[in-house]
Amino acid sequence: MGTRRSVKKAWQAAWLVRAVRLMDLTTLDGSDTPGRVERLCRKARQPVRPDLLEALGIRELGLRTAAVCVYHERVETAVRALAGSGIPVAAVSTGFPHGQNPLPQRLDEIRASVAAGAEEIDVVLTRSHVLTGRWEAIYEEVSEFREACGSAHLKVILGTGDLAMLRTVGRASLVSMMAGADFVKTSTGKEAVNATLPVGLTMVRAIRAYLERTGYRVGFKPAGGIRTAKQALVWLIMMKEELGRPWLEPNLFRFGASSLLGDIERQLEHHVTGRYSASYRHPLA
Amino acid sequence: MPDVAEIFETMEYGPAPESRERVQEWLDTKGRRFGHFIDGRWTEPEESERFETLAPATGQPLAEVSQGTPEDVDLAVRAARRALKGWRGLSGHQRARYLYAIARRIQKDARMFAVLETMDNGKPVRESRDLDIPLVSRHFSHHAGWAQLADTELAGYVPVGVVGQIIPWNFPLLMLAWKIAPALATGNTVVLKPAEFTPLTALLFAEVCRAVGLPNGVVNVVTGDGRTGAALTHHDDVDKIAFTGSTEVGRLIREATAGTGKRLSLELGGKSPFLVYDDSDLDSVVEGVVDAIWFNQGQVCCAGSRILVQEGVHEELTRKLKARMETLRMGDPLDKGVDMGAIIAPVQLDKIQKLVEEGRADGAEIWQPSWSVPREGYFYPPTLCTNVSAASEIARVEIFGPVVVLMSFRTPDESVELANDTRYGLAASLWTEDINLALDIAPRLKAGTVWINCTNLFDAASGFGGYRESGYGREGGLEGLWEYVRPEWEEKARLRNPAVVPIEADLLGVSPAAGGGSVAIDRTAKLYVGGKQVRPDAEYALVIRAHDGAAAGEVGRGNRKDIRNAVEAAHAAAPGWAARTAYNRAQILYFLAENLGARSHEFQDRLRSLTGASKRKASREVELTLERLFTYAAWADKWEGRVHPTPFRNVTLAMPEPWGVLAVVCPDEAPLLSFVSLMAPPLAMGNAVVAVPSERWPLLATDFYQVLDTSDVPPGVVNIVTGVRAELVSVLADHDDVPALWHFGPAELGGVVERRSTGNMKRTWVDHGLARDWMDPDQAEGEEFLRHATQIKNIWVPYGV
Repeated sequence: MGTRRSVKKAWQAAWLVRAVRLMDLTTLDGSDTPGRVERLCRKARQPVRPDLLEALGIRELGLRTAAVCVYHERVETAVRALAGSGIPVAAVSTGFPHGQNPLPQRLDEIRASVAAGAEEIDVVLTRSHVLTGRWEAIYEEVSEFREACGSAHLKVILGTGDLAMLRTVGRASLVSMMAGADFVKTSTGKEAVNATLPVGLTMVRAIRAYLERTGYRVGFKPAGGIRTAKQALVWLIMMKEELGRPWLEPNLFRFGASSLLGDIERQLEHHVTGRYSASYRHPLA
Repeated sequence: MPDVAEIFETMEYGPAPESRERVQEWLDTKGRRFGHFIDGRWTEPEESERFETLAPATGQPLAEVSQGTPEDVDLAVRAARRALKGWRGLSGHQRARYLYAIARRIQKDARMFAVLETMDNGKPVRESRDLDIPLVSRHFSHHAGWAQLADTELAGYVPVGVVGQIIPWNFPLLMLAWKIAPALATGNTVVLKPAEFTPLTALLFAEVCRAVGLPNGVVNVVTGDGRTGAALTHHDDVDKIAFTGSTEVGRLIREATAGTGKRLSLELGGKSPFLVYDDSDLDSVVEGVVDAIWFNQGQVCCAGSRILVQEGVHEELTRKLKARMETLRMGDPLDKGVDMGAIIAPVQLDKIQKLVEEGRADGAEIWQPSWSVPREGYFYPPTLCTNVSAASEIARVEIFGPVVVLMSFRTPDESVELANDTRYGLAASLWTEDINLALDIAPRLKAGTVWINCTNLFDAASGFGGYRESGYGREGGLEGLWEYVRPEWEEKARLRNPAVVPIEADLLGVSPAAGGGSVAIDRTAKLYVGGKQVRPDAEYALVIRAHDGAAAGEVGRGNRKDIRNAVEAAHAAAPGWAARTAYNRAQILYFLAENLGARSHEFQDRLRSLTGASKRKASREVELTLERLFTYAAWADKWEGRVHPTPFRNVTLAMPEPWGVLAVVCPDEAPLLSFVSLMAPPLAMGNAVVAVPSERWPLLATDFYQVLDTSDVPPGVVNIVTGVRAELVSVLADHDDVPALWHFGPAELGGVVERRSTGNMKRTWVDHGLARDWMDPDQAEGEEFLRHATQIKNIWVPYGV
């Protein structure tokens, strides 16, 4: 995929801006504090330096990231910090990242995050169900997550690094979609292997198969390990090739990333100035 | 140019052109005029007739190259001949150094080569950059390795000599590498003629040869059209022709070189099947189709141009294919985001258009994506033909363009039947998630390469080449090297004494000899067909005379109908014979030895009385015959395939497969031993045999009938037709259902065999009148025979979950 398409010059800049627009700016550390999350939220509102936006001719675009993604404990802070921006807050939930808490507790967790103002919930599957082929249990679990979310968007994390086989990834994607997932997402970012292209392709094709059979559009979110602008372009190319233009909008595609933005900012500055940029020239997330 | 805000909305790809600057500079420094590269020097282009080579993507000329005349070819062949002694005299290691240097040089100039290739050929730079050129350097470095190992791994073999190589325009530099690398590794020198549409990378390669200090004359490049190729083919001092191109031209070359003693390897056309079973991953299948038929605009000899899909997934695959075709991008081949570039030339474009229109007239539904092709240059859109009958032209002929036909099948057996319903046999691709099904189907496909769940993968470590009318010989891997060497003993061998003893057709025949006061029982040797002794169709007999002129017996005079019957009987027996275990075939060969051994005195006496051999010599011939049967019984379960270490996550299984029916025409010398020496290796490898025994002394073979009868040889596995050699040889050579024919005998008949073999492009092995010492195991048994008794199929099996 990466060698069959190429975007250069203005096209590259525009595609990178698009990547920013599709980003779930994420912080998921034990050390997250309200201060850290507030800084992240400010970055979500203003992801790229205004002078660069000006030079790129897209100041009017009102560029912001797709969402901010945090743990439940930081939802309130984030909602407050993003008030008026239109940027939704996503909460990871259901015993993230392992998913090994009791089910009632996991459902309560979802409800609590929704109550706290999270508009999007990223849940993790019980991987042991997947690995033992208990698809009905997966279906029921996701259905309950779905119900607990109410109107909030449900993103189902498969933890593909733990699933070992592409066909398992494909099946888990389909079962999640059938049970009502709005998005399927590769990874928590905490597994040993996160979003890889073969896994992404498998999930994207499952989304296509589901669309072809049911007419429902489900979104896709690769997360973990996407750190460079170049990687981001390859993922975007894959979405355009496999699912088409609609999957380059925040309602159907997200990057889960924490350090990707920094690299994109540097590439955009390079596009504007012709000089290679340094990370300290861009405000920290 | 659209601005960032606009692109942000449209998310179009935009142009991503590869720079042509360095190539333009190089062409300019050459004045955009090229001579030939002969003996390490450039000829003066001003002195030659010249023609233009165009960029297919624009129709604009790139440079002028010289039209090679017979004189130019002669100069090049002489240079190659002069260089041969020194080059083959180098140690393998020294040759390895040169090949390694070439590989590295190409790697270092990879982008230059890729851009030049794309400009001259019109193929997307993604392909020339990521596939063609890396494979070229891979090919040279792999063969640097063979050069390094040649002294030990090819001990007992010598180079063929001066090799004329004629290559096509679809993979100009890659085909050059496939030709030149094995030739040089094994100590041959080369005159190469690139295709007239695409000479430029070969000329840049000539500069590489100079840059690495390759000795003058080892590689010569003569540009020109078919006339230049013909001059090379006809040149008396060329020892071998290697050709890649159309089956049509391959035929002409076979005819032109017949009887000259020139070795020949041909890699010809194809109409390769692409089999899709109902459990396959259709999304992967669709990408496979893209790489099978839209790779290089379908101008690929092994293009998967016939999709055969199981009926249950027929509609879904068609729908998915159409959707995928809409997203293919066609345009400037130097654009890095383009999937398909230009067709090589207007003449090809016309041919494609014509065939597609014929298909439409035949009732096929022709589907092309909604986007339009560039107006400048020679472009043709990807095309899917459905509702195609297996009989229609479009489903049978090689289109050599981005056009694929799609047909359906019901069962795996039917898929094999349809897949093999073609004159060609270059490659096949099959798609299923069921390993048992895949490994059941792969050996049944008549194709030199079978890709399972993949397609169009190539590597220097794996042989590539065709079954049937797709050519012969392999390129790549160990199996490819045999095309460029010959056994060392051949260099010292003498020509057979051409004394021909006329045989008589005597209506009255020979009277049974009187003996012991009573008349001996009349003994009439018939033919041996389908496990039975049968009278010859025409019911004529030939008198066989002993060395002293005395009538020794009679044999049937077989004719064309007898050959027909023998071939039919052989075909009926061949599948069952091949399906037996090698162990079982070995047992039968041992049993033959056992039963022959029991009658060894009888055979000794026959040899003595017939040929006048001494007792010692006759006894030795019988003993060696027994030994030879043991040899092939031994080999039967030991002639193993290989697992090629191709640089993918896969295994590539090189499997030797029998031809099916193999016809052998035996010489007069050592009439028992040579007969068994030629019959046993095909049998051991699972072929059914049609044998024409020695014309002069066929009674050893007719005596052998009873040995066959008592040794559990299944009916039809060995068929023996006696008669007038020249008559039978022509019928066999003409027979389109005989895939392989060996001829050991008079040189001029060997020429007939080669010349008349072109109907089905059968594999011929003739001795060109060279006398082989059948008593010498070095010459008369072993791997050379087994190689000729089989052909290699490479089956690519990918890993992955």
